Formats: sequence, C-alpha cells, structure tokens
Amino acid sequence: MFFVQRIKACILNYGSGNVGSVLNMLMLLKVDVIISNEHTDIQGATHLILPGVAAFGSAMEKIKKTIPLDIVSREVHQIKKPFLGICVGMQILADKGFEFEEYDGLGWISGEVKKIDAGELILPHVGWNELIPRSSSNLMQRIEGHSDVYFTHSYAFHAKDPSHIVAETKYGQCFPSVIQKDNICGVQFHPEKSQKIGMAIVKNFLSM
Amino acid sequence: MKKKRLIPVLLLKDGFLVQSRSFSTYRNLGNPVTATKRLNAWGPDEIIYLDISKSDNYDLRRDDIKHPNRNNFLDILEDVAQVTFAPITIGGKVRALRDVEQRLRKGADKVSINTKALEEPRFITEMANEFGSQCVVVSMDVKIIDGEHRVMAHGGMKEMRYDPVEWAHIVQNSGAGEILLNSVDRDGQKVGFDIELIDKVSSRVRIPVIALGGAGEWEHFAEVFLRTKADAVAAANLFQHMEQSLYLIKKQLHDHEFPVRRPFISEDLANEKHDLL
Repeated sequence: MFFVQRIKACILNYGSGNVGSVLNMLMLLKVDVIISNEHTDIQGATHLILPGVAAFGSAMEKIKKTIPLDIVSREVHQIKKPFLGICVGMQILADKGFEFEEYDGLGWISGEVKKIDAGELILPHVGWNELIPRSSSNLMQRIEGHSDVYFTHSYAFHAKDPSHIVAETKYGQCFPSVIQKDNICGVQFHPEKSQKIGMAIVKNFLSM
Repeated sequence: MKKKRLIPVLLLKDGFLVQSRSFSTYRNLGNPVTATKRLNAWGPDEIIYLDISKSDNYDLRRDDIKHPNRNNFLDILEDVAQVTFAPITIGGKVRALRDVEQRLRKGADKVSINTKALEEPRFITEMANEFGSQCVVVSMDVKIIDGEHRVMAHGGMKEMRYDPVEWAHIVQNSGAGEILLNSVDRDGQKVGFDIELIDKVSSRVRIPVIALGGAGEWEHFAEVFLRTKADAVAAANLFQHMEQSLYLIKKQLHDHEFPVRRPFISEDLANEKHDLL
C-alpha cells in the first residue's frame, strides 16, 4: 500500500512578525497548519516555517528565548524536514549579522547579514522588485523569471557559497532573495504578501 | 528594477468606507470588506486603511451584505486582513505602543501615526525600536496657509509650527520607515497632486515618500513619477469610483513605460482551487 503523508506545517512563533498573514495563506492552501513552539508540534510537523520582521539581534534573542532550537535543529539537520525562513527568518540562518551590533546567527547557511549597499537609492528597500533566477531549485518551479515580489528590509544576506543562491534581486547591488541548502530555504521577501507569486513559492516549498 | 507603488487608501469613518473632500465632507461608500475584496482582484501594491472616525461607535449593521456585525475598528481590521493579500498599513487613533501592537496583531504590517508623532516626536523612535523602522509610517497632512505649506495636526484642523521639510527631517531622524505625505487642499479635488510639496519633501529625505491627495486621472500619477522622487502614489476616492480604476491606471502607466508592476486582474486568491495534494 502506498500512503501519501499529509502536509502539516508548523509556524514557529517568537512574538515578532506577521504570523497571522502566513497562517492565512497556508489556510488557503488547505494544509494542516499550527502556530506553535511545542516540541510535539515541531516533531509532528512535516514542514517548518520561521517568519519575521524585526532587527537581526532582537529577533535572534527572542528566538533563543522562545523556540527550542535544539529540537528544530535536529528535525532540520537529521530528519531533513523542509525549513523556510522568511525575511529576518532567512537572515538568521547566516553565521553572523551586523544590524546595530555584531550578533551570531544560526549558521545553517554560511554567510553574513549586512546593510544593503544601495548607493544613491533610499533605504529601507520597500516595495515590489524582481527575482532574478541564479540556479535551479524546486522552490522556483513554474515561477516566471523576473516576477515581482514584496520586500521590506535594509539588510541583506551575503552567502559565502554562491551555489546556495537560488535567486537574486537588484537594489543598488544584487543581493540573494532566495537561498537554499538542501532542505533549508530562505526568502528575503514576504511570500505571504506577494499575492499569486508568493503563494506559488509557498506551494513549491510545501511540495518539497 | 524596483517598482513605483500604486496604493489605494480606504478611509473608514464609523466603520464605513467613506469618500472625503477637503477633510470635511464625507459620503458613505459601504462596507470595507466588500471594497477590499474588489480591490484585491486589481492587484494593489499595498493597501492603506485610515480610521478617521471622531467617535468610537462603529456600526455595520445597516449593511445589507452578510458580514458579521462589527462595532470595533480592530475587529473590522481583522476582517479586512483576512481577505487582503497585500501589505496593509493602518492609521488613525494610535496613542500608545499598545495600540500599535494591537494593530499588528490584527493583521497590519505597518502602522501610521500623525498627531501623536507631532505631539511627541520621541514616540516615533520608541515605535521603531520596538517594532522596527519598516513598520513605522508617519502620515503628514499639509495645508497651504498664507501661501506657505504648513504641517497640520488633528485631522487637518490644527496648524503646527513646522514646515513640511523641517518636519520630514525630524521624522526621518527619529527612525520612521516611510512618510505618507497628504495635501489637505487637494483632498478629493481631482486636480492633480501638489508637485511642489512632494518634490521638496521627497528630494530632501532618504526614506520613501508616499504622495497622497489630488489624483483624478492617470497622468497625475505620471507627473509625480516624472517630477518628484516619491516612491509611491496613493489615492482614495479615485480607486473607489470607477470599476477597475486601479487596473486601468496601472495599465496606462505600464504602457507608457513607467516602472510599475505589470497590471493584472487576478483570480480571487481566496476562492481559487489549490491543488496542492
């Protein structure tokens, strides 16, 4: 007999960021979804999502306080559960962040988070900008190149290994807007606010 | 390339969507949830909701469409957030960090403040520290008094001592993420934006400026993009009246090669069939 495992997404919540709109989008996709930091919910989930809007340091501090990182790390690294970090949730995957001060990140995808070198352009980088494909990934299946998605941030991920960059976005300089290392994914934009394209990317993630 | 944003503004008065003219006369346009659903189909880049009620008595019971009776702005916000798949800014009646937190919890992405910022500029910094600059929009109402642009408080009623550029600098240096720049004189007039005002503010600050007040046709938006550094243009009445107005204006701008998002009429995301499994 062949069983298809039902998708159960767990949204990790550290009291920062717009958890509600991520939840809304997943509910539209009719998957089981729960907002929880409980061990059993994290272990019972098929997909883990870490949303966020905040500064790197304060996000990291709150995450350490509220999320059982040892459990999450085991699920991600040993059981290889698909993990999606959104905005700051992506940034904290880096080794280090330099917003206000230097902070340690999770170090799950090697890199550093620094202020965007926007040149003449204003910061924060707010609004709709293009995804420029850099390497193929199941995350970007059926997504047209140069699709617009919604950003709001002043800091960006500098990936040490370019092969982890799935898509980039240009604002002054190019910065990685989609990164992936095996089952660990990160998006700098907000898929939950990016209408059809955002939903398609979330769907692709849930199909991983 | 980053796109210039076109942002519909929904003015809510006592729970109803209203049309406003010169900040003083209002016409009831119905239920905000219905309006939001309609707007969604036209691909808004963002949506701004401004609560301009004088009292706290909201009442949607007279509406003949079957939505739950809501008598509280935050409940109304919760309803619209569930049907909005674009970034949401909420403004009006924010007096404390607690008010900001409540609005974010109900589904807002950004919160705009106006009178509170003028009375206590330090509040901008407190808000930015707590929730991040990207969440802080300072709304600035400007009126021409004796030939000079002046910043107004209390819904355009009270003149402040600030010149708009002076106030914009304070706002920026206090940690705001964006400025919503509104011309009281142009409100509901459909004669075009106050280009002089938008130009002088947007060329002097390093944070995004959203221009509001005066839009009547697509060329008015084009004028803002051509002659100022505004990052976004917003309009209230225009987007409420004409069927597909947001789509049609965006299409005109796109056809004339202005950097706006490709216009589309989307399927209703909420009612689309999602064949995930």
